[in-house]
Amino acid sequence: MRTGRLSAATARRERAEGSFSGGFSWAMARDLRLAWRHPDEAVLTVAFFALVASLFPLGIGAEPQLLTRIGPGVIWVGALLAAFLALPGIFAADYLDGSLEQMTLSPHPALGWAAGKIAAHWIVSGLPLTLLSPLIGLQYGLAPDTLAVQALSLLVGTPVLSLLGGACAALALGARGGGMLLALLALPLFVPVLIFGAGAAEAQATGLSPTPHLSLLAAALIAALVGLPWAVGAAVRIAVD
Amino acid sequence: MTKHRSGAPDILQVRDLACRRGPALLFSGLSFEVASGELLCVRGPNGCGKTTLLRCVTGLTRPDDGAVLWHGEPAQTDPERMRAGTAYAGHLPGLKDDLSADENLEFMLRLRGAGSTPEERREALAAVGLEKRRRIPARRLSAGQRRRIGLARLALDPAELWVVDEPLTALDDAGQALFIDLLGRHLEAGGLALAATHHRLAPASGVVRELRMA
Repeated sequence: MRTGRLSAATARRERAEGSFSGGFSWAMARDLRLAWRHPDEAVLTVAFFALVASLFPLGIGAEPQLLTRIGPGVIWVGALLAAFLALPGIFAADYLDGSLEQMTLSPHPALGWAAGKIAAHWIVSGLPLTLLSPLIGLQYGLAPDTLAVQALSLLVGTPVLSLLGGACAALALGARGGGMLLALLALPLFVPVLIFGAGAAEAQATGLSPTPHLSLLAAALIAALVGLPWAVGAAVRIAVD
Repeated sequence: MTKHRSGAPDILQVRDLACRRGPALLFSGLSFEVASGELLCVRGPNGCGKTTLLRCVTGLTRPDDGAVLWHGEPAQTDPERMRAGTAYAGHLPGLKDDLSADENLEFMLRLRGAGSTPEERREALAAVGLEKRRRIPARRLSAGQRRRIGLARLALDPAELWVVDEPLTALDDAGQALFIDLLGRHLEAGGLALAATHHRLAPASGVVRELRMA
């Protein structure tokens, strides 16, 4: 009996180990299941985007030329604000209930679960926005090729927003007035993404090549992928101290 | 502070640990070691730094001075090795209200790098009296029942070292007995534990020692 218990404990000990993929899949599976249980936050993000983008034609008037001109920019600003809206929830709940402490003490490297959390966040915020954008673009009378470039720029750009926003949200953890601080931190950093994102669709609409804008966005995505999950891990470590 | 050392090799060694919170020095020059099969109870009045000491040992809080050695090596040289061997149960439960007891347990163990089968989890939850409630979202469980999820997690956690902060809070008599029974089995299986508590912990096996903080 005694040795049986002992060997069971030793066997469990030997099975335990941490890995990047273990942390990544853990965070992704957990956050997606939580989002599935409470879809209101994801729905709110998408609804906000659709509303903001639909208000502009109502306010400015349905003049086709003007709408085609401002369409890409308005859609990108709407997506950016909607992505920002979903940011505070990414780490705050885990911070308050102690999950972040347990993540910091997990044998999985911080890089893994930080990347997993951000990926899950993008799947419930950035991805739906990207998929919805062609429909919104139709309201502005954008041409099919412009719609395609618009969606592509969002596909590359929204993960950058999630990564940048995730790092800012982790930095703002535990600060009083965290929401305001988060806006001050994150929105200026979103500006370059907005410029190149909106620029891609606009270039396509005016008959220029969108490739330079998209390449710069992709470069930003690669840089963000390399550096920011690490920064999130470091910021979380400071926050739980 | 040392009473009947078991003679087993020290797995956790703490050397000259010092920590300040703001301007206040909580403790300094604190040294102790814990061997396999030993429980070290940290005692002292409220606010004397018990929780901070536990957090320093796990690596959550950076001490101002001193070192923590895990299996004879500084914990910083291979933090992941020490983290894999340490289960921390602090004041915050780390539970998700929207997940059931079973899901919470599953994710807690996966985060610890340990897989678990549904049968193992069912058995562990039955042992802590949550078998009938294992599919109910944690938000609808009482404070004591939520603590019991934590007990089931400790029972299945692969860690060698338990670091537990006020482990008996919110538990009824049966729950307290359950924890002490689990602790006894953990020590019997060669584990070690560090506990901050105001209660008397007397597990059936293992060596219990005390560390008094002023």
